[in-house]
Amino acid sequence: MRWREALAQAASTARLMVGVPDYQAYAAHRAREHPGEPILSPEAFVAERAERRFGSGPDRIGRCC
Amino acid sequence: MAPVANSGTLNRIGWGLLALLGAVSLGVVALHRGETINALWIVVAAVCVYLTAYRFYGRFIAHKVLEIDPARRTPAVRHNDGLDYVPTHRNVLFGHHFAAIAGAGPLVGPVLAAQMGYLPGTLWLLVGVVFAGAVQDFVILFLSTRRDGKSLGEMIRTEMGNVPGVIAMVGILAIMIILLAVLALIVVKALAGSPWGTFTVFATIPVALFMGLYGRYIRPGRIGEVSVIGLIGLFAAILLGQQVAEGPWASAFTYPGETLALMLIAYGFIASVIPVWLLLAPRDYLSTFLKIGTIVGLAIGILIVRPELQMPAVTKFIDGSGPVFAGNLFPFLFITIACGAVSGFHALVASGTTPKMVESEAHLPFIGYGAMLTESFVAIMALIAACVLDPAVYFALNSPAALIGASTNEAALALSSWGYTVTPLMLDEVARQVGETTILSRTGGAPTLAVGMASILSTVIGGPGMMAFWYHFAILFEALFILTTVDAGTRVARFMIQDLLGTFVSPLKETKSWTANLIATAIAVGGWGWFLYQGVTDPLGGINSLWPLFGIANQMLAAIALTFATVVLFRMKKERFAWVTTAPLAWLLICTLTAGWQKMFHPDPKIGFIAHANKYADALARGELLAPAKSIGQMRQVMINDWVNAGLCALFIAVVVAMVFYGVRSIMEARRSAGPTSREVADALA
Repeated sequence: MRWREALAQAASTARLMVGVPDYQAYAAHRAREHPGEPILSPEAFVAERAERRFGSGPDRIGRCC
Repeated sequence: MAPVANSGTLNRIGWGLLALLGAVSLGVVALHRGETINALWIVVAAVCVYLTAYRFYGRFIAHKVLEIDPARRTPAVRHNDGLDYVPTHRNVLFGHHFAAIAGAGPLVGPVLAAQMGYLPGTLWLLVGVVFAGAVQDFVILFLSTRRDGKSLGEMIRTEMGNVPGVIAMVGILAIMIILLAVLALIVVKALAGSPWGTFTVFATIPVALFMGLYGRYIRPGRIGEVSVIGLIGLFAAILLGQQVAEGPWASAFTYPGETLALMLIAYGFIASVIPVWLLLAPRDYLSTFLKIGTIVGLAIGILIVRPELQMPAVTKFIDGSGPVFAGNLFPFLFITIACGAVSGFHALVASGTTPKMVESEAHLPFIGYGAMLTESFVAIMALIAACVLDPAVYFALNSPAALIGASTNEAALALSSWGYTVTPLMLDEVARQVGETTILSRTGGAPTLAVGMASILSTVIGGPGMMAFWYHFAILFEALFILTTVDAGTRVARFMIQDLLGTFVSPLKETKSWTANLIATAIAVGGWGWFLYQGVTDPLGGINSLWPLFGIANQMLAAIALTFATVVLFRMKKERFAWVTTAPLAWLLICTLTAGWQKMFHPDPKIGFIAHANKYADALARGELLAPAKSIGQMRQVMINDWVNAGLCALFIAVVVAMVFYGVRSIMEARRSAGPTSREVADALA
């Protein structure tokens, strides 16, 4: 079980390294806090994150030299 | 590094032993004067310094200076939206933050600094990170977390006023442009005349496009799957590159620096205007995973191989006469090392996405201070990789052709006259081993690091026969994430330009408008492209003049961040701890202002831009042509370049002096007020 947890954490670390947070947490949060409102599909979620990562916004400097 | 439990005698004994081990290793590193020294001493010294600093100084800053409050709800908790604001496990967020701050800077700076020997670089990497770099990252991350994850520019505006806010923004844009130029120059220098490297790096474009389309239409959202496909593609590209380089197609992928520079400028323009999912995002996956994987691989490799450092502790070039970069140890060593010890850019990252995902303030030291310590360790590894090379090979790689000539015969003669005995045959042999036609004057740091990494990694996997593969793997690894930064950075610069111009011509602010997009992108690409081209045509190899400019700019940004941090400490009525930020700030100001001044006014034309311009002006007045200029027009061009570079130095100096002026003003204001005046966001539901 501990191995599985470590593996899951490594996978979410890898995903967040490229700017994609946990989808399950997002979906659970939307369902809990905004019931009845639309939830992005996993595919749309990844696409939305990519747009945000390289789009405009005050915190758009996401990487260093 | 996991957070450490506190009390207990056993604990105290453990820390005492660790500190002792660190002190002994550091002593060995500093005092050793034999033939060679094992890299393990440096690794052990560094790790002990990091752990001790994290446990004691990091904790002191957290609890005494900043008074982090684990009970206080962070922006991630208060604004949780599952997207930007997400409470994140500290290990996961550490990975995110580290991946964002680690780049080419900590790899290239120490490689260049190795010209003065391994000791000066090692010492500054350790002292600098503990007292300057990690402090800056941690404090800025803390301040941004207390302000809803606001960016450095926004925080400067609210705490110090509008004018300093705008000045900082102009400074950041200028730094961005020079950064992109220098990074692009490193790639051009690594690929010029190398069909294997050029083919491999070119091949990443179709690989990334395929990944983009696959991830968009065939299996959307599968990051892991598409990345594995991409990585297989990359390895295939390296293997295919060898066939290409040895076959009749080699000439189709052999270009001089000038052509590569123009290609890169065109690529940068196109890549930053097309949709991000098509090229940029998949490239980002590849470069991030390759970067982290290679860093881990190199660490394991160094531990297994435990190589001996061939470079002396200190070389004769500390007097400023070195071929890699000009100028004395003070201030230019500190300017050159840049990112591994302290990097102003991290202040932008630490006030970007990371503060919006911090689950608890208790995690801040681990993420802010800890990630920067790790980055410093990456820089230490780069220094080791450069120093395992025979010094003659190191200087053959890093000296411009103007100094060592274009043939191995001339180079061997020049190097031997410097005291690094080598035969032409040995230099040819190294080139053959790494699968290149020559190793002479491959300046820029990347090829040196690649040869060093190849010699370490091939000892673990594949033996000497795999040297060439690992060399091109290392070149690809560096080129890939540099090019991703160039794409992403050009987009960032474009948005900044749109912001700035938009204040005068409002339609230009519209980020969805194609006209505004193309105009701003052209300005951004034109800006870094101009410096890139200037660097490529420079007879001294470009890195010589551009890397110090980048170093000065980056350290000045750190000075701006630390000025801001100091102001906030005063506004928090924490002035008794202000030395934590003012001490590194004072050192950075001394280094950068001295370096900036010397780059402008130093009488030696190798160091001072104006002296260099005057040298050309005098020659022109006598009717002579100075190499590499072949016409009066080119002579004039060299002079224009010098004056622009000097002007840029002046701009950086002006920006930082203005920020310090406004900083002092804000501090005096804060001291007049009886209570705290800092503007944190209260811990209330948004």
